Amino acid sequence: MQDKSLVQIALYAALIAALGLIPPVPFVTGIPITAQTLGVMLAGVMLGPWRGALSMALFIFVVALGAPLLSGGRGGLGVFVGPTAGFAIGFPFAAFATGYVALMLRKLPTFPATLLASIVGGILVLYVFGITGFKLVTGRDWLDATKIMIVFIPGDIVKAVIAAAVAQAVVKGLPDAVYTRK
Amino acid sequence: MISLYLEQTSYLHRMPAGIKLLAMAGLSLALYPIEQLSLLLVLAMLTLLIYASLGRPAMRGLKVFRSLVPIFALIFIMQAWSVGVYEAFALLLRMATLVLIANLITLTTKMDDMMTAMMPIFRPLRLFGVDPKRIAFAVTLLIRFIPVLMGVTQYLLEAWKSRGGGRQLWKLAIPLTIQSIRLSDHVAEALASRGGIRSVKKP
Repeated sequence: MQDKSLVQIALYAALIAALGLIPPVPFVTGIPITAQTLGVMLAGVMLGPWRGALSMALFIFVVALGAPLLSGGRGGLGVFVGPTAGFAIGFPFAAFATGYVALMLRKLPTFPATLLASIVGGILVLYVFGITGFKLVTGRDWLDATKIMIVFIPGDIVKAVIAAAVAQAVVKGLPDAVYTRK
Repeated sequence: MISLYLEQTSYLHRMPAGIKLLAMAGLSLALYPIEQLSLLLVLAMLTLLIYASLGRPAMRGLKVFRSLVPIFALIFIMQAWSVGVYEAFALLLRMATLVLIANLITLTTKMDDMMTAMMPIFRPLRLFGVDPKRIAFAVTLLIRFIPVLMGVTQYLLEAWKSRGGGRQLWKLAIPLTIQSIRLSDHVAEALASRGGIRSVKKP
């Protein structure tokens, strides 16, 4: 791996941490939505599947080391035994899937391509991990675990739209910076 | 440095990180099959006692729990409704104890020590030609640039507010992303002009 890729991976992970700082916006479901999973979607789109996944893996590793980087100031090993552990562990996989789908849809215009990629990676794949983790920690069955998670979906769809809008704006401003759009 | 670590000395601080991690893995596995509420209550109390024995700063470390309250409440309601209040309390206590124990390690272990303890996980990567030094460098870079990007976020937020703010806060993500990309290009150039990561002696 080139030094430049390594720097990109590390700085992108730092960006995800900074996104956790943007105040959560209370959404219609009453559950605040945070900008962090938006970052996971963007990681896949901006860096492509492999580097996107590596930057999320690095982020999660540093959270495990004890940095309170998840939104709400959460961090440390407690994150990996709590009910939302699956989401944290799913970050790299979600970023990979987002990047992969975005590359597949390269022929499409930026907005629909990144929207679709973000929905597949940042929602579908992330929730498979999230729900599995939730089921393992709480011992609920699949249906119950899924039902609890449904309240978060509308917020995540908003985030997928935002990720697509951000990607479109960045492609306009810095065309070379978006890996899945070259 | 941003970390949850408590700057003090205690019997838990002195314990090697590897042993603490293994102990946590063992305790987590042991806790899973326990169903009796009384036993779980005792274990939760014992964990809280350990916190108390570390002093006031450790008790303040308990505030990580605040952000977990909504999801815990949701789980409690679901469980009480479908299985029973007794089972709901048992589940809640088990989860809370697990998180508390794990958090205890984070509070009493320096990030450096934790990293050294976790490094063996990366040893297999050598087979693929990945130098663990590069991982260490990436971690350092990430930790170094978090305050920088948080500063940029803060600055963008203030600029946003001074221009009247508004509801579309998400638009901040655009300049933030562009700034990060620019910054990463500059850092990569700076690194290259100094001989690259290969030349970094101690990350």
